[in-house]
Amino acid sequence: MEICRQKDELEISELDPFLAELLRQIPVSTNPEGAPTAEDRLFSPPAGTKEKEICAEWKLYVQPELRRLFRSATETVAADLEQLNGNEKPFANCTLRIPAKHADAWLNALNQARLVIVAKNNFTDGELCDHYRSPIGSRRDLSLFQVNFYGFLQEFILRELIGTRENPYD
Amino acid sequence: MSPFELIAAYVSVFFMSWQPPWGRAGVAVSQATVRLSLAPNAAGPVVEEPALEKETRSKEDVDLPWQVVVHNDPVNLMTYVTMVFQRVFGYPREKAERHMLEVHHKGHSILWSGVRERAELYVQQLHGYLLLATLEKVN
Repeated sequence: MEICRQKDELEISELDPFLAELLRQIPVSTNPEGAPTAEDRLFSPPAGTKEKEICAEWKLYVQPELRRLFRSATETVAADLEQLNGNEKPFANCTLRIPAKHADAWLNALNQARLVIVAKNNFTDGELCDHYRSPIGSRRDLSLFQVNFYGFLQEFILRELIGTRENPYD
Repeated sequence: MSPFELIAAYVSVFFMSWQPPWGRAGVAVSQATVRLSLAPNAAGPVVEEPALEKETRSKEDVDLPWQVVVHNDPVNLMTYVTMVFQRVFGYPREKAERHMLEVHHKGHSILWSGVRERAELYVQQLHGYLLLATLEKVN
């Protein structure tokens, strides 16, 4: 897989079928349905439990707005991913081009997916720091790989399109 | 015009021209607590002692600032959190990184404090970026 910036878009080329499939899974992975912990993480309370009025108003007025925002980001990503479905040879490598103006939507959708996967699998801090675990083993290993792969993509988008320094913590 | 209406007009003029000294000093006087006696044999309207309205919120509640707190989260990337702080609060990179590292090492960081409405807006924006953020009253 190669990633580079091409004028107003980000190009991910030489995508093998496995990584292409992981990318196709982004929209589905953002869905917290059936996992209350994932739903709670995406829509966390805005204040402590003592502030009942604030929390109630938030649920009524702000949460629907957040849902719309998250759905819009996921739809943008899903539309970009349609490029991966046009490949005539199912096992051939393919290329994905992400318009620079979609960068925020990608960052948001990737974040949603990572948060939901982590909440559904209840990964520990130690597991999340293990960036070298093979995806071949169990469903859990594959999910952890998915979280790390999406994180890698986020880092790249941030660095290339938002202009973040390579290592801002030196 | 009925006699009752004449009396009401007189009362209205009287009330407008009369103001207790404490009313002038800026203390709220409830008109609802001033009752006029309109008995047929009375020489004129009798004004009872006005009662002061009680504040429902203490001065502390009104003046108390709120703070926007961001909590640690093992999933959100450090670079991403820094970018969000820069975007939402307009902080320069160094300040945004300082707050991000405080969140990372101490578990939380106070990003901003001030009036409630603005604090709510900031928290809403931070939730839009999927950060764990709350607004809290300043102790």
